[in-house]
Amino acid sequence: MSTTATATTTKLWGGGKSPFDVEYGKLMMWYFLMSDALTFGAFLISYGTIRFSTNGWPDPNKVFKSYPFAAEGVNAPLVFVSIMTFILIISSVTMVLAVQAGKEMKKKAVATYLILTIIGGIAFLSCQAWEWNHLHSEGAWWGMNPFLNADGSASSTNFTNYFFTITGFHGFHVLSGVVINIIMLIMTLTDKFEKRGHYLMIEKAGLYWHFVDLVWVFVFTCFYLI
Amino acid sequence: MSNEAVLHAHSGAHDGHGDHSHEHHHQSFISKYVFSQDHKMIAKQFLITGMVWAVLGGFMSVLFRLQLGYPDASFPWLETILGKWAKGGHITPEAYYALVTTHGTVLVFFVLTAGLSGTFANFLIPLQIGARDMASPFMNMLSYWFFFAASIVMLSSIFVETGPFSGGWTAYPPLSALGDASPGSKSGMDLWIVSMALFVVSSLLGGLNYIATVLNMRTKGMSMTRLPLTIWALFFTAVLGVLSFPVLFSGFILLIFDRNFGTSFYLSDIFINGVGALPNEGGSAILYQHLFWFLGHPEVYIILLPAMGMVSEILSVNSRKPIFGYMAMIGSLFAIAILAFLVWAHHMFVTGLNPLLGSVFVLLTLLIAVPSAIKVFNWLTTLWRGNIRFTPGMLFAIGFVSLFISGGLTGIWLGNSALDIHLHDTYFVIAHFHIVMGVASMFGMFAGIYHWFPKMYGRFMNNTLAYIHFWVTMAGAYMIFWPMHYEGLAGMPRRYYDYSIWESFKQFQGLNQFISLIAMIVFAVQFLFLFNFFYSIFKGRKVTTQNPWEANTLEWTTPIHPGHGNWPDEIPEVHRWAYDYGKDGVDFIPQTTPVGANESVEH
Repeated sequence: MSTTATATTTKLWGGGKSPFDVEYGKLMMWYFLMSDALTFGAFLISYGTIRFSTNGWPDPNKVFKSYPFAAEGVNAPLVFVSIMTFILIISSVTMVLAVQAGKEMKKKAVATYLILTIIGGIAFLSCQAWEWNHLHSEGAWWGMNPFLNADGSASSTNFTNYFFTITGFHGFHVLSGVVINIIMLIMTLTDKFEKRGHYLMIEKAGLYWHFVDLVWVFVFTCFYLI
Repeated sequence: MSNEAVLHAHSGAHDGHGDHSHEHHHQSFISKYVFSQDHKMIAKQFLITGMVWAVLGGFMSVLFRLQLGYPDASFPWLETILGKWAKGGHITPEAYYALVTTHGTVLVFFVLTAGLSGTFANFLIPLQIGARDMASPFMNMLSYWFFFAASIVMLSSIFVETGPFSGGWTAYPPLSALGDASPGSKSGMDLWIVSMALFVVSSLLGGLNYIATVLNMRTKGMSMTRLPLTIWALFFTAVLGVLSFPVLFSGFILLIFDRNFGTSFYLSDIFINGVGALPNEGGSAILYQHLFWFLGHPEVYIILLPAMGMVSEILSVNSRKPIFGYMAMIGSLFAIAILAFLVWAHHMFVTGLNPLLGSVFVLLTLLIAVPSAIKVFNWLTTLWRGNIRFTPGMLFAIGFVSLFISGGLTGIWLGNSALDIHLHDTYFVIAHFHIVMGVASMFGMFAGIYHWFPKMYGRFMNNTLAYIHFWVTMAGAYMIFWPMHYEGLAGMPRRYYDYSIWESFKQFQGLNQFISLIAMIVFAVQFLFLFNFFYSIFKGRKVTTQNPWEANTLEWTTPIHPGHGNWPDEIPEVHRWAYDYGKDGVDFIPQTTPVGANESVEH
């Protein structure tokens, strides 16, 4: 009997099975996320390069200081974006619960948590839409920067250029994630996964969703905190 | 979860498992030849699309070599085919730059990336690891069709009124970022960038598939260290592509914004004649170069590694000897894959890069000589005292080694930042990279086609035509690119339209003519290959045995005409590595043969 035990351990990479014990889709998702991490990495490193080769940069506390329905001239730095970030992180928690429910084959719980995740994603996108619209109303857009540098000198447009491009690219990822989650929800409700006998697709969607959240942590740090 | 369930958790796409594979499902013409999900058919689609591009890209080089060799002559037929781009039989400067740019883009990406790794990763990975198909045949099909779409967009850019992009294959801003900068920077550049974005998607879909397939779908007994070196090379190629193309993609997105939405990521302090000063400020053109070369350098290994892998396999089979230093070969592939990401700034020594940083990149660049030399010596020692069969595939594989040595040695020159001050942007660079990655990889591709043609089509290609093809191409490659080293050392810059007006470079007029003449001959000889290829598909000598080269790898255990699913019954189990040639006095022992009781242990 001991031979079979050693055989399974030594043959982990011996062919005939997946060495990581995962099906190919999950493996592909991991590699895709590595690839996508390099896309965002390239964006953020470009941003850092330009920012630190430029003489001045606007102070995020003075740029991001409003929230919906606030009075004119309100000064609440980073309050709104903190709420956005909180919403996105909570949606990651509900995604974890959906994956866990999937492992336990609880269709109803999967659907509930997916719906909550989708709501979180849409809420985040709505917040972003409001923030973009607000900044646009202040005269900020690609190629237009109304904000002064922290030291009061005129700023280059690259502050807004990078802000809109990178948060836009991230927002596009969130949007894709919401669409994926909606597809997952439909597949759950139509018993696709029950028939397959597993909810592995939810896990893959979950990986993507967590990745998008993780990227936001970096984007948030780079644009709002530093 | 059982192995089958883990590997194919939801494999609606490939139902060819176990005993069902020999039941040919009724396939229409469309599902068999067009939207095929069979990896072998997708490989052929990549190959033939690559061939079309090779002919177009090669023809472009003939056109601009005409200009370089005969700057004063007029060719009325040029006006017939190029119209306003060759007024009076003279290629215009705009057309010249458009041709050079498109030649580079097409050859690097469409021929030597998609045409090479797209073809052979698709064809060889499932066959050599013992799998019925790729992990996701559907994504595999998408990968080809994204490439096809990229091809169509690139092709259409040749026909727009302002011409295709003409700022060099690297597409540096500001030429690529400002439509006013040159005629080719207008809609030609828009199409170029759309095409390249589609190409990145194609490469990503393909690469994810190759990685997942190699890791997950090896047959029983096929451990990683029993894989043929082709698979290792194609695996590292896919990893390089998956990790480097996204950075280029980011660079392109920023470029699109600079082009269309008034941003200045790459632009600062620019004055255009006839337009005036631009408002853009704060950007950096050098930033683009970093993003580009972070892909661009791995890209040359994406091109080269598949050729290296196939050459290793073909040299071993046709020397009837095990590959020398199998583990060292894997190690050096790995080292090259790592170093590929750490040397990109050697393309930027003269951009004002900090010399200290430059010297770090010099060191890392020269380190690549170590794994490269390991590979070269292993190839030579594989040939050493071998029982060599000079098949066409073998000739091209040996030619690859020759070219890789010749071109690699000049890489050591160029990797030195001090020498690079003199040599950068000269014909020395052109000579270096054409030999080491251009022609060498083409040779790897030819070697692969001649060697695996019997498996692809169940027929042989004609040997006589192949030998003529080889010798003319081999001699021609050296005659074209060897003289360029001298021109480059003498300071002759690349990308000039006409050297005859420069006192310093007039003396090379005769040499340039010679190069152009040889280039045309070599281009013409490729039609011999194309004729041989297409003729042999239908009329070539039929393959009568399963294993015509007497090779060890798994693809030769499939039927002569494998169906979708590759093996009619169970996938064979593997018991040994792929290189038991001449072991214990036996000429070859296929991987499927169990280890005998009295067999010696060492390879």
